[in-house]
Order: sequence, then structure tokens, then C-alpha cells
Amino acid sequence: MPTIIVDGKSYEVGSGKNLLEACLDAGLDLPYFCWHPSMGSIGSCRQCALVQYRDNDDQHGRIIMGCMTPATDGARVSLKVEKAKEFREAVVESLMLNHPHDCPVCSEGGECHLQDMTVMVGHRDRRYKGKKNTHRNQYLGPLINHEMNRCITCYRCERFYRDYAGGKDLSAQASRDRIYFGRHQDGILESEFSGNLVEVCPTGVFTDKPFLADYSRKWDLQSSPSICSGCGVGCNISPGERYGRLKRIHNRYNHEINGYFICDRGRFGAGYVNGDKRTNYVGIKEPNGAFKAIKKNEISRHIIQWLGNGNIVGIGSPRASVESNYLLQKLVGPSKFSLGVSQTEHNILKRQVSILQTTRASNPSVREIEMADAILVLGEDLTNTAARIALAIRQATKNKAIAMATKMGIEEWHDSAVRNLAQKELSPLFITTTAATKLDDVAMKTITLSPDEIANFGLELARQLADGNSQDPQIIEIATYLTTAERPLIVSGPSLLNANIVESAAAVADALAMSNQNTQLSFTFPESNSTGSILLGEPQNLMLSDIIENIDEIDVLVVLENDLSRRLSAFEMTQLNASQTKIISIDVLENKTLEISDMVLPAASFAETQGTLVNNEGRAQRFYSVFSPLHDRLPSWQWVIDIAAVIENEELSAIASFDEVIDLCAQNNNFQALSSVAPDKNFRDHGLKIPRQTHRNSGRTAITANTSVHEPQQSPDEETPLTYSMEGLNRDQPSALTPFVWSPGWNSNQSLQKFQAETDGPLKGGPSGIKLIKSSGCGVSLDYDRTPSVSLKNNYWRLVPIYSLHGSEELSLHTKEISELAGLPFIMLSGRDADNMKVSDGDGVIVSGDDLRISISVRVSARMAKGCAGYSAGYNEIGHLTADTYVQINRDDEWQPLKPVVIATDRIASFKSEDNQYV
Amino acid sequence: MIHNIIQSDTSSTLTSEEIHLINIELSHVPQKSGAAIDALKIVQDKRGWVSDECLIAIAKYLEMSSEELEGIATFYNLIFRRPVGEKVILFCDSVSCWLCGCEKQKHKISEILKIDYGETTKNKQFTFLPVPCLGACDKAPVMMVGDELFTNLDSSKIEQIFTDYEQEAG
Repeated sequence: MPTIIVDGKSYEVGSGKNLLEACLDAGLDLPYFCWHPSMGSIGSCRQCALVQYRDNDDQHGRIIMGCMTPATDGARVSLKVEKAKEFREAVVESLMLNHPHDCPVCSEGGECHLQDMTVMVGHRDRRYKGKKNTHRNQYLGPLINHEMNRCITCYRCERFYRDYAGGKDLSAQASRDRIYFGRHQDGILESEFSGNLVEVCPTGVFTDKPFLADYSRKWDLQSSPSICSGCGVGCNISPGERYGRLKRIHNRYNHEINGYFICDRGRFGAGYVNGDKRTNYVGIKEPNGAFKAIKKNEISRHIIQWLGNGNIVGIGSPRASVESNYLLQKLVGPSKFSLGVSQTEHNILKRQVSILQTTRASNPSVREIEMADAILVLGEDLTNTAARIALAIRQATKNKAIAMATKMGIEEWHDSAVRNLAQKELSPLFITTTAATKLDDVAMKTITLSPDEIANFGLELARQLADGNSQDPQIIEIATYLTTAERPLIVSGPSLLNANIVESAAAVADALAMSNQNTQLSFTFPESNSTGSILLGEPQNLMLSDIIENIDEIDVLVVLENDLSRRLSAFEMTQLNASQTKIISIDVLENKTLEISDMVLPAASFAETQGTLVNNEGRAQRFYSVFSPLHDRLPSWQWVIDIAAVIENEELSAIASFDEVIDLCAQNNNFQALSSVAPDKNFRDHGLKIPRQTHRNSGRTAITANTSVHEPQQSPDEETPLTYSMEGLNRDQPSALTPFVWSPGWNSNQSLQKFQAETDGPLKGGPSGIKLIKSSGCGVSLDYDRTPSVSLKNNYWRLVPIYSLHGSEELSLHTKEISELAGLPFIMLSGRDADNMKVSDGDGVIVSGDDLRISISVRVSARMAKGCAGYSAGYNEIGHLTADTYVQINRDDEWQPLKPVVIATDRIASFKSEDNQYV
Repeated sequence: MIHNIIQSDTSSTLTSEEIHLINIELSHVPQKSGAAIDALKIVQDKRGWVSDECLIAIAKYLEMSSEELEGIATFYNLIFRRPVGEKVILFCDSVSCWLCGCEKQKHKISEILKIDYGETTKNKQFTFLPVPCLGACDKAPVMMVGDELFTNLDSSKIEQIFTDYEQEAG
């Protein structure tokens, strides 16, 4: 470990770091703009200037850029010397020539890195009297607001958007003081990760547009440590609340999972929490079919009437917490409990878990995925099913560049040098899918096959790895790349609802792992707690189809956070509706299942309660409420306890706190470690609770003065070590309990480095979450030699699900901005099929099959397996299309091309594009 | 300022001649995007400037996003993203020319043509732009009109130059 001397004091620093990183790791405040811990250095902003001395005798030294200079052993630098300070102040002063003084109306104000750095360098008085540049801002879609005048040209946006996330439609334009970061023309940013611009930009050029429309300062937000419920990856998030509204979501650093970045579904998809579809009060269905709101304590009267023979059945949910699911299972008994997913999905996910419990390969975290140097994806469009993993794979393809640079003695953080050296050289990535994916641009090879063919492809590859007898040059080539790699990675999942694909992925990984113990196997899981609900499963669990079949024997059906219309066919839903069974639905939003329920219990959303979710690698993580539930909403687990009290289940009705629920969950072997996922409610940090509010939260005593001048009491939080107040200590606690980051002098999210053991390193509070799935390493039992039959029919198209980041997920789709982006449901065709049918993007086709005839719009995919057509999975309107059914597709001659959805509703004025150009 | 400017060729598809010339450049580079600057120059050479439509067409041909190509096109001062006159006057206002009194000559040009920097004459004949250096400091002040270099400028020389152009244009 090198030792550097800063202003006469020695510091031991990590090897391979630059001086900026070394100084920050040492706890010194060295200002910077363009360097980013995940994106390295380019030396563009000149802010992190230091004076470096040749040796002890050198009294003069020279100015160097901290981010561009390696922290070599014995390096002598000064941060405090006047020359360096003057330089840094001059840099900020020059940036301020054009930066507007609009902090009071800027949504970045109060968490602005530029503000922090300006104060840090001591720049105060303005000497420049001239005019500032003004730019025209662009309309970038419903998620991101653009205010180009604030730009300080650090290039972080472009480097994140293009270099890191692979976006194509944002670039640095023009030169000198006319530099402009934007699109070629106004339009919606195409990247699924565009929201990270909000956090990457050190000032207010790119800001969170929905937040802007419903704004509070960071210091006024109440935050909590939370987990994203958008998909199965389990990114850590920090939601912010004020006035009972969820205002925004920021990334919450988790070293193993999301690091510094989350996807746009995670950041913008939780607007439904404030939406008008929320359930607020207990509803009881009147004979006329309308719901009447009743008081919480009236539920028992109704439920008792319905009990009949006491046959209560429960349907759990992969988007409800472990605790809620477990309590419901406990309430009704395992044999009367269903996990609440289709049988196909259930079988595949169960198999995925059993593979992860036995495979010889290791089951990587997102950060470990980033380290892979040869990757095979089987059947997953990761950008749309597990976006954060797709972003990690994109980084992994850059490992070849890093290896080339290391060979040349170039440090990994030397970003532009590394890129220049590698040009377009990438680590091998092979993508085998039915349709085009957003990772195709970094794939060495894309292979387009139908679902069965993907499985066969995987199995043949596994046989080649085992015995080397394949004749297929493509298989041989991929096998060679995988066997010569140091850290090969296989990624697969349940998207195509084909169990054989999952089997084949396990076969490839196991075959590789026989000779290479660094082999990794990762599966995606569709929903935020899919893995947790599988771990909850017991052999005698019911299937949804069993429930429908025997529906008339059931007196009361309790549905936990599950819209069954997304799992059952329209026919089954009708059966459910027609039955005499009383349905009690506990859910967050109105949906088709609530419509046919007899009682609706309003559930607290993820933002109003706590619970545990298990992500795709089997990591259990706790999320905490950011505000206490409004109206009559209660956490789902609390409703289950209330029902338990009605039916006199003593064990459950005796539960008095959330910690007791967790203790009860430990009865299930898989959840023995649940209580160590995060500290219990008695945990105190230096004797204090952890505040959800910043210590500057304003207006606390006057916040409700419009209704009463009496100071309101803070909502109590008896269930967790956190408190709904500004009192307490947000420092030194375990990482799982960090609601927001802030440090004196560091008001922006850059203050994160004060919570890290080292930049881009683990948090000081230790890792958060506990892995519940460990592999025995004995190998997966597999039948390598079988060849699943490929079923395709002439003149018919086999339907395969196509997922969209915006549109396929149930809850986020109820967020205004997301539903705008989701667009219309569609059928996806190959270019050739589309040409044959004489249709193109936006035209209409008629899809017909058994009892099915719908007219739907078309999207053309750059590649689509022969004999297959995709459908927009998860879109509400598309319930009648199901995977693996065969349909006929014909041009719809009567299709009225729908008018483009007016997205730019918030746009004030349009302007002629020619006015926005440069000579 | 730019409203009354000549609408030169803005047909969106590249001509076969342009494509032919771009293909020659493509044969020299390992990646298509490597020919971006040359492709822009080829199109500008034929059309005087690079319109949005042309930029999108070039980007498509080079398998780049239009944003990526826009970044390159707008970086260079001499790739014109707005229509220009028939001849572009590149007038050096850098240090050598400045020392030799180029400011006076600049006013002279403005007076004759009735345009300032960044503007185009009403008859679309000239666009007047400053440049930092033309590499002829020993003969300062200097300027280029179209492809022609004029050195050791003084008021009478400038008058002569533009009178000649006027006559030429008839």
C-alpha cells in the first residue's frame, strides 16, 4: 500500500488510485467536478488541482490535477498551499462567468455539488460584469428537465449517457463557450438509465421533471432506506417524502448491487404511491356492486358472517414482503396457501432456486457480474427484465479494454486513455434471444432463435463443453471463448416462460464450472420478492388453477397484493367472479381483482411500511417506510393479523410488533437469518435513533398552520430504529439503516464518499442484506442428452412475451410519466414478416386464434426468430394474448393509425429547430 | 439575421456522387465513424452547408446517431450548419493581423458589403466570418474569400477585391 504525504502528513492509500481518490479516501476535502468514482478521470474540469513536490527539498512544486496523477508511494503534495487554493478558486470563478445566479429557483439548490464546491474553494465575490451565455433548452421527455444555461461543461452527462450506459441520443455539441449537451432535436431520451443524469450532473442542467412539478428542497425531504420494488434485482433506493407525498427517488448506494446507478423504472416508477388509484379506506361491496367505505374496526362483523365452514384460502404475491406472505401462509395453513403465480412461472422459478442451491457455479451480485470477461445470455432481454444487470453487463464488456490498458501500464481510472486504446475492442458477449435487445450493440454475436431452440442451443453448448463433439462452428466458437475466459458468466431467466432454457443455462454453467471455479450463473426473477415467495413455498402449496377448480368449496379467499387478472385467463376470472366465495383483497391500487372482491383492505405501499424482499441472487433486504400510512391504510401484514384476530387465531393475533413477525418467519428454515437482515427496533446509534429528516428540515412547527396553529406531534415510529424526525444521528450506523447521505460541506449526493470506506468501495456501515441462497456446490442434476422438441407451426406465429421497462410492470404503469412512455400495446414482428404483411411500425394487424380476434398496433424488431411474434407482456390491455399460443396475424386494412400520444403536455412553446443551430 | 438566407440544396438523400466520394474516404478508415469529418466536408463542398436532413442522412450512412455526428459537425467552425453565401470570407482577427490593423479593414468590408461578422449579404454572395489564423502572418493582415487568399490588406486593396468580384458577378 503506497503512502502519500499531503501537507506534511502521511496517509496510507489504496494501490492503483489517483491522488484525488487518495485525498478523498483520507477524508480530505478536495473539490472536483468531472471525476466520477464509477466513470474514472478525464481531467476536463481542472478543479482538483494540487501542488506536487519532487522531493523534500522542492519548495516550489508544480500544479497538477489530482484526478490525473497516480498516487505513487512517497508522493508529496499540498492541498493547502496558496498556489493550489488560488488555482481552484479561479476555476470556480471562471465556471461562474456563465453560470446563472438562479439557485433560489433551481431544483438542484440545496443539494448542488457546484454550490458545495464554490463554498469549498472560497469563491464569493463576482468580478465579471459581462453578459452570460444563454442556450435554448430541449424537451427531453416526461422524466428529465433540461436547463442548459446552468452547465459547467464537466462532460459527466455525456460520459454517463454514452460511454457508461450506451445511449446514443445525447452528445456534447459545439465548442468553446458554446458547448451544448443535448439531443440533435427535441425528443424523449431513449436510454433506460436517463434518470441517472439527475444525480450525475453536478448542477441543475438535468433535473427530475416529476419532482420539479411537486417540489421540495432536499433538506425538507423525509427519507428512508428502501428497496426498489420494480423488478427482482433489489436496487437500494432513498425515497423522499413531504406533506404525505412521495416526492422523488434517489439512488442509495449499495456496493454489491446498484452502486451509483438505478434504472428509470426504479427512479420514476413510484408515482403511483400518490396516485388517485390508491385504496384509502376499507371498502365493502354493496348488493348494487358499489363499494361503501367502512371503519377499520367493522371488518370483523362482515368476515364472521362469511366464515361458513371456515374454509379460508390465501393467495400470496411475489410483490408483497416476505413477512406479509408468511403471515398469510401461517393464517390459512400451507395447504391452503398459493404463492399467487401461474403454474409455469412457479415451476420455472422454483427450478431456478433449486439450481442456485446446487450449482457448481457461483451466483454473482451485480458488482461481480461487472467483473465477468465472457458472457452468455440465454433468452433474456435484460435491459427490460433486469435493467441494472444489463447496465452491469455493458460494463463487463469493457473488461477487455481494462486488460489491454493494464498491460500497457495505464491505470483503470484513466478513462479516456483506456477507451482510446481499446477503440471498439470488447469482451465477448453472446446474446441468444427471440428478439432484438438493447445490449445487441455490445454483443460479439447475437443469435436469434425461438424459445425451444434457445434451450437446445444451450444444451448443445453444454455438451460441447463436456465432451467437445459438436460440429456446429458457432457452438465451438462460443465454447472456446467461455472456456478461455477467467470469469465466464451465464445469465438466464424466466422471461420466455420456458423451463428448458433455465435448465440449459444451468447445464452450461455447471459444465464450465467443472474446469473453472470462477464461473458465474445468474438468473433474473420477475418481481421484487419472487425469490422470497419461492423460498416460502412448501410442497403442499396450492396452485392458482387448483383454487379456481375448487372455488365453490372456499368460503373466504384472501388475496394479498395480487392482481389475479394478470395471472389468470379471462375465463378463470369470470369463474372467480361468479362463485359464491367471498373475496377479501388487500392491495395498494385499484385493479381488476379488487373490482370483483367483496371486501377491500387498503394496503400501505412500500413507502409506508417496512418489510423484507429477496432479490434475484437470494439476498434478503429490508425496506423502511418513508412516511406513516395515510387514511386507513395499514401494512398488509397488519391486515393479516387483524383478520387473524377475527378468526381467533391466537398465535397470529398475539403479535404486537413487526419484530415479532420476523421472529415468527424464522420458523421457516429458509428465513432463519431474517432477523439479521437489519437491526431490530431496539437498535440505537450512539444511543440515538436514526432520523429520517435532515437536521435542517424547515417548517416543522408550522407545517399545518393553515388548519391549526398547534404544533403537530411527530408520527411515532415504534417499529424500527428510525424516527420521523430530525433528532438523532445519521452517521456510523449499519448501511441498511442509512436513509440519506449528507455531510458538513457536502450537501449533494457526492457526500456519499463520507459514508464509504473508500471511493467506489464498500460502505463504512458494512454490507447490507443477507444471502439466503447458498449453493451446496454438488452440481445440478441434469439430463444433458435430451433435445426438447421445437414446436412451430406453418402459417401460425408462436407468441413470445416482449418486456418493456416502461409498461410491463404492474404498479409503475400507474405512474403518469411511465404510462406515457409505455405507449400502446403492440405485436412485434420481424422485418421480413412485416414486409410480407405490408405493415411497418405503427400500422395495425389482426391477431386471431382460438376465441381470439384483436386489432393491435405493430412494432418491427431488428431481429425476431422465425415463426415467432412478440406481444407487449404486462400491458393491461393485452390480457388475452398468452405466451406460447399460436395465432394468425394479418394486416388490418381498417386500422386507423392512432394519433401520436401527446407527450409534451408540459412544454411551454415550440421553436423552429433551425434557430437552435450553430455556425 | 438568418431568415432571408438562400435555401440551397436540402434534399435529404445523398447524391450518388457524394456517396461515391464518402465511400473512398471509408476505404481509408477502420470504422465508419472515422470518415465523419470527411463526409461532412464532401457534402458541404457540394451544397455549401450541411442541413439537418443531410446530417441525418450522413449519420445513417456512417451508422452513427445524429447526436454523435452533430457533436462533430458543430465542433468545427468551418462545417456550416446554417446556409452561407456563395463565398465565405474568412477574415483573420488574430494577433499578427490585429497588430497590423485588421480592425480597420474589417470595418471597410462591413461598409462595402453592409454586413457584420456572421451575416450574409442580401444577394447571398458573401458570408463574413472571423477566423483565428490563416497561417500567413508574415503577410498580415490577411483574409480568404472562398478558396482565394488575399494578403497585406489595406483599404484600397479591399475596395479593389470586392469591385472585381462585383464585376465578375456581372
